[in-house]
Amino acid sequence: MVDHHRFDFEENVSRALSDKQLRNNFKFAMGNFILKRQSIFSDEIETEQLRALGHAIKLHALSKLPELLEKLEKKCIQNGIQVHWAETTADANQYVLDIMKTHNATSLVKGKSMVSEEMHLNHFLKQHGIEALETDLGEFIIQLNGETPSHIIVPAVHKNKDQISKIFHEKIPNTPYTEDVEELNAIARKILRQKFYEARVGLSGVNVAVAETGTLCLVENEGNGRMCTTLPSVHIAVMGLEKVVEKLEEVPPLLRLLTGSATGQLITTYVNMITSPRKAGEKDGPMEVHLIILDNGRSKIYIDPQFRQTLQCIRCGTCLNHCPVYTRIGGHAYGFVYPGPIGKILNPQTEGLNKAGILATASSLCNACEEVCPVKIPITEILRRIRNESYSNDSTSVLDDHGCKRNVPECFAWKGWEMMNTSPTVNSFSRKMLGIIGSKLPNVGPLKYWTRTRTKPKFAVKSLHELVSKLGVDNE
Amino acid sequence: MSNSPRDRIFARLHAVSEQISEYAPQTVCMPIETLSQKEKIEKLKNLMEAVRSEVHIVDRSTWTKQLKTILMARDVKNLLFAPETPIGDRLVNERREAPDDWPELIAYREDIEQFKERLFQIDAGITSTIGGIAETGALILWPTRKEPRLMSLVPPIHIAVLEANKIHNTFCEVIQKENWPGNMPTNVVLISGPSKTADIELTLAFGVHGPKELIVLILKD
Repeated sequence: MVDHHRFDFEENVSRALSDKQLRNNFKFAMGNFILKRQSIFSDEIETEQLRALGHAIKLHALSKLPELLEKLEKKCIQNGIQVHWAETTADANQYVLDIMKTHNATSLVKGKSMVSEEMHLNHFLKQHGIEALETDLGEFIIQLNGETPSHIIVPAVHKNKDQISKIFHEKIPNTPYTEDVEELNAIARKILRQKFYEARVGLSGVNVAVAETGTLCLVENEGNGRMCTTLPSVHIAVMGLEKVVEKLEEVPPLLRLLTGSATGQLITTYVNMITSPRKAGEKDGPMEVHLIILDNGRSKIYIDPQFRQTLQCIRCGTCLNHCPVYTRIGGHAYGFVYPGPIGKILNPQTEGLNKAGILATASSLCNACEEVCPVKIPITEILRRIRNESYSNDSTSVLDDHGCKRNVPECFAWKGWEMMNTSPTVNSFSRKMLGIIGSKLPNVGPLKYWTRTRTKPKFAVKSLHELVSKLGVDNE
Repeated sequence: MSNSPRDRIFARLHAVSEQISEYAPQTVCMPIETLSQKEKIEKLKNLMEAVRSEVHIVDRSTWTKQLKTILMARDVKNLLFAPETPIGDRLVNERREAPDDWPELIAYREDIEQFKERLFQIDAGITSTIGGIAETGALILWPTRKEPRLMSLVPPIHIAVLEANKIHNTFCEVIQKENWPGNMPTNVVLISGPSKTADIELTLAFGVHGPKELIVLILKD
């Protein structure tokens, strides 16, 4: 059975839809991102070439994923980076905690990382008496307010300036109220500079990992990522195992696609490429670099050729920006770390259909996400597949809880539908019956649900088939 | 089967990948538009200025004059430099000749552990670059033992010196031409402008965590 207790998606959706402020904030931001992306990808032919290239690079990497991961590990170790393999988020959290303990560190400065959100790392560390401080401005804002990101690129996009001004004033001691963005920025800079100065361990994500050189590439605009990966004496990088590519020369097209799709930038302020910890004679940089490579269901997604394409994702978030559903309900309503179209196909695969299958229903299959996806993930095809698998009794399915929505009345109804459309006798009889009683059906059960937002169908007394043959038109 | 997470992950991946035939992309670099040196300078300058970098095209023999003006206009009290580098040596010499014209020069000589407190109080830092990228407008910084990583990050003003003849057409081109895969250093950074954010209502604000200003001096013969 579908588990409605832990997560009521429909309730979340109606709450979000009736929040006028939230809808305005998202409408404004998403519209803006769409225009910014267009300004970067204005040449249609070049954009299509670039997308085809991005798709090919990821497809190539996935076709030899274990080989590339082994190569990455080998190169990293040669370069002095310590590699840890985490099968689950619990493993990954434990690695971080162990490293913190080894260095007697009680606080951690963090650059933006969706994998660390996936790990619920901040919560985990807090339970062990360690403070994890988000340093990306957007992440910093929502951490102040005890929230999670509502967008994978712009985490505080659900808040407008006035709301943020209030959060700063209320949550940061001795902060006068200001709505000036420059001033808000200066407040955050001052607080976080001190934290960078003191921090002994920094954590970051990874945008692309290069197997041939063992290089971790990170893009950002603020400089907090460089701070977290350069100042503290220990740097921990966390990545999903799908982030590896084979060659360094594959990085430029992927980054071009990533920044163009995500924020409409030709290039970010910083592209930070890290290949080793501090070498002898070098004066700064971390003495230790740890790379935690997370599976958390990815190797299972890898099994199925269609689902595997989900792993091409470079986390640019442009499918969120272009999604009519996401734009109206925002990221929190989805109830999972990854919202929007990518979340609708990713979460059901990693969390199972019981828990997350309902996400796949929140789509009109308009295809906007697929048209802009920089690595051409067939999002709508995968959405339909997930919907189908919720009713499937195929025992070879790789999805957890497949068939969880399957029930006797519905199977019976579809069996009837099948007979109605395959047996001429049943077809003719049922059609006649519908003509007589179809329009008088009482508004109960599924029909009541169906007609909540739709007009009840009216059935004709005579079918088109009958009308036409009465006119003397030949059947064939 | 072994019990380590690593082995279990690889066992699962290998079982699948054996059934997938390798997919080889045909070309990796996008076609490169080859620009003249003048065009490359122009493109890089325009793109970098569009993200609020300050770009000056200066004569190789007199660039320090321009630098002096820039520093004075901002009332820079002290300037971080890399000792025993061409830029560092030149600055030291010039200041020796005319100490009053220059701010205090601070050499990055100690390890960060000893130098950190001082570093966070410095007004500006000057670094070299190993080149630029015209396509996207970016500088390439290749920090070394003599010119450490934090020089371009911690001081609120970053001044970068770029040789005009080292501007490449594209990022891909420089990776291939300079054989990066064969000699990646500890860290390479591309920089296109001053630190910025749009996290508050998409309003651009500069100088979040990194430098508030990026000043580029393009040296021409």
